[in-house]
Order: sequence, then structure tokens, then C-alpha cells
Amino acid sequence: MDEQIRLDHGEGGAATARLVREVFWRHLGGPPFAEDAAAVEGAKELLLTTDAFVVRPLFFPGGDLGRLSVCGTINDLAVAGAVPLALAAAFVLEEGLEVAVLEHLVASMAAAAGEAGVRIAAGDTKVVGRGEADGVFVTTTGIGRRIAGVRLAPDSCRPGDAILVSGPVGDHGIAVLLAREDLGLRSPVASDCAPVGALARAVLAAAPGTRCMRDPTRGGLATAIVELAAAAGAGAVLHEEAVPVRDAVLAVGDLLGLDPLYVACEGRLIAIVPPVEAAAALAALRRDPAGREAAQIGEIVAGGGVILATAAGGHRPLHALEGAQLPRIC
Amino acid sequence: MIATRPADHYREIAALTRAPVALMEVCGTHTMAIARHGLRSRLPPALALLSGPGCPVCVTPAAELDRAALLAREPGVTVAIFGDLLRVPGSLSSLERERAAGADVRIVYSPRDALAMAAADRARLVVFLGAGFETTSPLVAATLVRAREEAIENFLVLPVFRLIPPAMAALAADPRARIAGFLCPGHVSTILGTRPYEGLARAHRMPCVVAGFAPGEILRALVLLLRQIAESRAEVENAYETAVRPEGNPTARALLDRVFRVADADWRGIGRLPGSGLELREEYRRHDARARIPVALPAAAPDFERGCACGAVMQGRCAPADCAHFGTECLPAHPRGPCMVSSEGACAAHWRYGGAFRHG
Amino acid sequence: MCLAAPGRIVRIEGTRAVVDFRGVRRNVQLDLLPAAAAGDVVLVHAGFAIQRLDPDVAADTIAALEEAEARLRAEAERGGPR
Repeated sequence: MDEQIRLDHGEGGAATARLVREVFWRHLGGPPFAEDAAAVEGAKELLLTTDAFVVRPLFFPGGDLGRLSVCGTINDLAVAGAVPLALAAAFVLEEGLEVAVLEHLVASMAAAAGEAGVRIAAGDTKVVGRGEADGVFVTTTGIGRRIAGVRLAPDSCRPGDAILVSGPVGDHGIAVLLAREDLGLRSPVASDCAPVGALARAVLAAAPGTRCMRDPTRGGLATAIVELAAAAGAGAVLHEEAVPVRDAVLAVGDLLGLDPLYVACEGRLIAIVPPVEAAAALAALRRDPAGREAAQIGEIVAGGGVILATAAGGHRPLHALEGAQLPRIC
Repeated sequence: MIATRPADHYREIAALTRAPVALMEVCGTHTMAIARHGLRSRLPPALALLSGPGCPVCVTPAAELDRAALLAREPGVTVAIFGDLLRVPGSLSSLERERAAGADVRIVYSPRDALAMAAADRARLVVFLGAGFETTSPLVAATLVRAREEAIENFLVLPVFRLIPPAMAALAADPRARIAGFLCPGHVSTILGTRPYEGLARAHRMPCVVAGFAPGEILRALVLLLRQIAESRAEVENAYETAVRPEGNPTARALLDRVFRVADADWRGIGRLPGSGLELREEYRRHDARARIPVALPAAAPDFERGCACGAVMQGRCAPADCAHFGTECLPAHPRGPCMVSSEGACAAHWRYGGAFRHG
Repeated sequence: MCLAAPGRIVRIEGTRAVVDFRGVRRNVQLDLLPAAAAGDVVLVHAGFAIQRLDPDVAADTIAALEEAEARLRAEAERGGPR
């Protein structure tokens, strides 16, 4: 285990996985941390999830910390096949924060919760001294009820299953990067930060055999598929040309040397569906304006590991993100 | 119209590879592109692509990285870097560790952004870590000219630039490198043109083809190299005609010559190469971080841990997988050598993108 | 060792240009390419134009940029990207 916490431990890639495995699982046991949303003992229809949110800057094109903190948690419930019942929110505020900023963030939380039809029912606030936090940290906890008859599990994936994504990848990570770093780039990319519950329910209705779903947040699409395939005990092939990516995200990637497959989304859904239901699930996604650019991007295959079939006709393995992607010139 | 679609080239490459042959892509961005597009999976096993020394992060000596780390520890100093350099360890530390410990280390996209930082706060010394090759050094020269014109005295550069043709000449002369042809760096050539490779091709009977970075452009350059080998020719060909003119960019070279002069330099893993580095001319010496901020460097700064094969990898003497550390003790999560740190380093590219991994 | 991306010069402002990279814009220095003109497609490395692309041989690159520009216009007419 690494001796000190580095920023990489929070990037959602291999370093995060090591930290979870070697510190949290060791003391807390595997199952509660094995999935983003966990079943509640004694109430099998309930799912529990929690997420801490820090983002700089607090406001970015397409969203803010408030919206992010609600979407992140309800999306973890949505991809587990649950409908959110209630949220709780805990705030760590830095001394000196302007109340108007906090109010703006809380209004965003209310709006995002409203879109998903859920209330923020409980909360807590702590204030720390100047310099002991960066403005606002928010932790949200969500409880959801499984949709009747829906049982999603990665180990139900079978070779031949289709991998769908609900829209272009990398928008959130690029929007935040350009808002945070003074790179001098002006782009039309806005974060995709949004609740995915409606998209998830549309997929489940159109494809009752849906195996499992994910939201590709930190670590991006590639890391999400790698982790999913590992949990499924299967492999996957992704087709580079089929993965939707906006021109501007590709352009920023070219300029800064970033691979869009590893850039975070906050409003996209990955669904693994049986091949016979793929067309119906895709059509259902595309009927929703938020899923207009949905695509089938690959298949589950036997064996292990994830392969990208490149546009150049080659193959390469995909791994979990290792270390945050940094703007580079080489 | 030139065929640039990958499919047009795979068959010809296979047909031309009649015996084991090793070509070197000198440039790290080519290494990355080859890996990222999965091109190796479509090339015949007898065709080895060796990753060369064109990775600034890999060849910057540990002592210079130590100097950058020590500069970052100085009060009132900001170190501005390209993101590539953040994680590279010297013998003491890395800039990432210094930043975690409180140093002001900033990632910039352009040296002009570092100059703007200096102009905005004249009380701080802003040190730009000048790593790179002939594509990058003229930009820094232009930035220094501007700093002089505007008398921005608190903008400093730690120049660790290296020149590519001397390194290629050293590799071409090394019989252990077993290189049958060079895939010449595309963007360095936009500045240098194609002439610096002429002597190399003649003196060492070394086929040289300048390549672009799209998959079709790289494959086409490989075809041209293999044709030269098949026909026993050793010439310079330009397969990146869109951006590379025979004369290169004379304005950029004039700027370079105005600000810098050629000096001998050490390459991590390769050693000292005559005339392969740049130092500031007198007129610009006041912007030299080495002269302006003295630091106490350790007596010795070993470039590598015992057993690390990065030097041999960059000289084409072995493949990343031949190193005993590769994939066991040395991984992207805990790199032991510079070629595993940089995303364009040969080892990291092979690990992430599967040099050894064949599929389908 | 050197990433560079092609973009089109939208306009020139003294020694720098506004360059469009498939919808992403940045100010780019022209110190190394003083003769560049609006409309030129240039290769940009670390905030500096380093070379002009030859329109006769860079047809594919330029066509890709033009397709992206057309898509952006269409998106703008539809009310911006979602």
C-alpha cells in the first residue's frame, strides 16, 4: 500500500481501487463497499448509497457542486435498478464562504432533486476554519427502492451481450478541466451532469433482460467497462468508432493529450443487455432527448480483459485509469 | 491522392517483411500513437518497432529534475511545467511530491502562460522548466525574446532542451542498436526540415522517413522504410508532406539561434552526447534559473535504480518486456524508471497499450 | 515527443491569432509563422503555430475540420449541443 494519500487515490482508477481494497475492505468487510449502492440487511428492497463531492471550481458550464452532489448519488441508485426515495446531505463549509454561493448551490440541489422526483429530507452542517476546507464539501446519502422484478448483477452478463452508452463521453471532465485550469481554451462543451433515472427506467422497460448498468464517472468509460467486466468475470470488446465523443472533446483531447475514454461523465448510462433486446433498449434511450446520441459500443465476450478495436483496424487492451490524466505537450 | 487509410497498408507491410527487421520510431508521440491505435496488433511479428529517445521526460537527467525540485522548495519561487513533467522522479524527489509538500508547481499549456504568470506577479520568480526538442525550444526562445523586450526579469527558464539529430547519429553508429531504419519525428521536422537526416542516411546507410501521426500516415511511412530496405536504398523521404517542408521553419531556427547556443549535454540512459543540448546566450543569461537561483545539488544523482533497463530500451538494445522489472516491480502505479512514468515512455506505452498483447 | 493539433485561423490580432480547433478556440502566438493569414490551417504546439498545412496535400485534415465546423453550425441552429 502507498504510504501517503496522493491526489490519484481520489481519481476513481486503480489507485482508488487499491485504497478501497487495502484499507476499507480490510476493516469494514467487502460487501458494503463492493458496489456503489448496497442492499440493506433486513429490508431487501432497499438500496443505500453515499458519495462525497468536491469540485473546483464550484460552478462550471453545465452544472455546479450542488447539482453534481445530487446527480451522483441518485445515479448510483438508478444504475442499481432502484428509484430514489429520499436523500440526506451533509455540508462542510469553510469559514468566510459567501452565503449567496451556498444558497445558489442548495437551489441547484433542489432543482436536480426535483428533476428526479426525490426530496432532500435530512441534512447536517459543519463549519471549519479558513483554509481547512475548500469552500464547500458536500456528502449526499440516498436510499432507494428496487424496481419490482429488477435484479441487476454483473455476473449475469453473457458473451454476446450488447454494451450501450446513452450519449457522448467525456463532456463533464473536459468542462470542469477547462473551467479549473487556466489553459486559455474556450470551448462549447458543457458538463453532462444530470439524473439518469429516466434513461435507466426506459432501458429496463424496453429490455427486461438487462444484465446490469453503470454510470461512467471518475475514470471515464474505459475504467467503468474494465471494472464491470472484472465483476462479471468476462471480457469485453469496445469499438472505437462506435463510441460517441463530441468534436470539441476530441479537439481538447488532441491539444492536451487526453484520452476521452478516460474522461469523466456525470449524466451518462452504460447498459449491458441481451443481444435480442439491444435494438429495443437503444431505441428507448434515443426516444429520450438526453439519450438522443445513444449508441451500441461493444459486446461482452468470453475470457477476461477489455479490448478496444481501434478505428485503424488494430486492437489494444484497456486498463483502469492509473493516475489522473494531466495536460501534456508530448 | 496518397492512400492514408490503414487498411491499404497492412498487406504491403506484411509482404515487405520477409525477415526479422527492427525499425525505430524516434519520437515518443509516435510511440503513443502506435500504441493507442493498436497498430502493432496488425503488424507481422518479424517487424519490431523500437521506441527511441524522443521522450523529453525520459531523457532529462535525474540531476536536472533534482534541481527543479530544489528550485520549487525556494521561497517566492513558482515552477511552471508541462504536465508531462509532474510525476517524473529525479534522485531526490518529484515535482508532484514537492507540490504535495506545499511548493508552488503549476501546469501550463504554453510557455507564454508562464510568462504571463511572471508579468502578473513581479514579486515572485517564475521558473519555466524548459524540456523538449526542436519543436518546443523555439517557442521558449520566442517567449524569452518577449520577456527581454518587456523586461520581465522575474521570468526564468531552466533549459534542459535536447537536440534530436545528434542522438539519432549516436544510435545509428551503435551496432548493438540493430536499427534498420528511422521513422523520423514529424513535428521536430516541421522545424528542422528533412536535411538534417541526409548525412545520417548517407554516412550510416540508414533509411529515414519522416512520418505524420495519424495511423495511416505512420503505416505509410513504415511501407516506405520497408521498401527502401527491400531495395537496398538508404534515403531520406518525407511522408508528412502536409506539414514538413524540406527547408523546415527557418524563422523558428533563427529564433532558436538568437537565444541559445549548442552545448554538450547528458541524456538520461544514454550518456553525454556532444553538441546535443542548448544553453542560453549571454544576452539571455539573466533569465537562466541555474545562474539566478543557486541550489545545493546532491553530490551524485543516479539516473536509474539498479536493474532498470530504460537506457537500453531507449537505445533500441532491448524491448520493455526484456527488463526484469517490467510488469512486476515496475508498473504505471509505482514506476521504477522514467520510461514507465511518462505516458509516452516506451515502457508505459507498452504496458498500457499492450506491446506484448496480441488479439484476434 | 511533441503533440501538435491542426486548427484554422479565425482572425489575426497583432502577433497572435484566434485559432479554431473543431469548436475549441485559443489564442495562438504567430512568432514562428509571421506570414500566417486568416483562413490558414496551422499546426499548433504549446500555444504557438509551428507550421502551415499545405492545402493541396492536407485535404483529409482540412475536410475533417470543415465537417466539424458544419456540425457545429447545425448544432448552433438546433439550439446548442445538449
